[in-house]
Amino acid sequence: MERTTIDLWFGAFVAAGFAALMVLALKVGNLGAERATETYRVEARFDNIGGLKVRGPVRSAGVLVGRVAEIHFDNDRYQARVVLALDKRYAFPKDTSASILTSGLLGETYVGFEAGGDDKKLQAGDRITLTQSAVVLEKLIGQFLFSKAQEEPAKK
Amino acid sequence: MVDRLKRSISRLGRNVINGIWRFGSMARFFCLVIASSGTSFNRFRLVMREVYFSGVLSLIIIVVSGLFVGMVLGLQGFETLQKYGATESIGVVVALSLVRELGPVVSALLFASRAGSAITAEIGLMKTTEQLTAMDMMAVSPMARVIAPRFWAGIISMPILSWMFSAMGVFGGYVVGVVIIGVDNGAFWSQMQAAVDFQYDVLNGTVKSFVFGIAVTVIATFEGYDAPPTAEGVSGATTRTVVTSALMILALDLVLTAFMLRQH
Repeated sequence: MERTTIDLWFGAFVAAGFAALMVLALKVGNLGAERATETYRVEARFDNIGGLKVRGPVRSAGVLVGRVAEIHFDNDRYQARVVLALDKRYAFPKDTSASILTSGLLGETYVGFEAGGDDKKLQAGDRITLTQSAVVLEKLIGQFLFSKAQEEPAKK
Repeated sequence: MVDRLKRSISRLGRNVINGIWRFGSMARFFCLVIASSGTSFNRFRLVMREVYFSGVLSLIIIVVSGLFVGMVLGLQGFETLQKYGATESIGVVVALSLVRELGPVVSALLFASRAGSAITAEIGLMKTTEQLTAMDMMAVSPMARVIAPRFWAGIISMPILSWMFSAMGVFGGYVVGVVIIGVDNGAFWSQMQAAVDFQYDVLNGTVKSFVFGIAVTVIATFEGYDAPPTAEGVSGATTRTVVTSALMILALDLVLTAFMLRQH
């Protein structure tokens, strides 16, 4: 098959296009190293997950150790059931506690892990029993106002 | 007075009916193009030639505009984010707006005015000079030989051009944000990578540009094929291609965005 200049241009065009896609995927997007790691899933129940979203980060000591895989509503206990996909490279003690935290005042909601002292490690399918719910700012303000109002008569 | 009113109402009605009529024939034309696409794949060189004319030759305008759009996004984003002390998020602003919206939409608009108008003018002129009829006489289907390769070339070129636009835009944002203004390099890229999801953002943007590619090339080839065989007719058809494509791109973008954000 004879070659023409058009072939060369077409090939260069498509190659440059896919190079741009690779840049978008690896450099701009999250298809880099992070996705390729293997994960194991554990579960936790929370009374209130606040603004937690699927694919939200799980951090321990500030380091990203996993992602939120699923969020369901448990209709027997009236709690939120959150499935966490943790990075296989990290193991946590069985009595690790999970809490819903917010990075900064307006930042994203994430699950924070506080490692416990148990010798046994969390296995796939385990449940984290020690959990702490999201802090609802409105409730805090409400409590603050309530206690302030109770103090007032005592002062006089 | 009544007569004039009657006449203007009947003109309005005629325009509406005419519009619906054209839309219907465009849909039929689209099916016809799909049906006669066999030749385009058997003789892929026809498509490659059109990719060269509508895709490769659009590269310069796409790359340069992408660079400028990214730079402007960087400047504007910095200006606003500075108020909240979140200038490191400039990468997120630039990348998300490019990958999700501006990349597909602006490159499609540029493609419509750079390549779409050329396709219409070319086909319209081929019709005016009776080249299409001559082909028909030689038992060469103009649908398969002229229209379908241009259609497939547009569908191939459009996503590639939009990827290049987005990639160049991010580079432009990097030049303004990191090199000129001095935002931290590591934070720029890491926050961007944390915010941009390949599936939800990059692939959805690609789906958009595919749809825009189909819309622009169908409109451009149809307008050319349907143009009255006069100089005036071809010029009117070229104008209509650009106007209709632009409106179609923006309307489809609204629909697709609403659909994609709801899935999220």
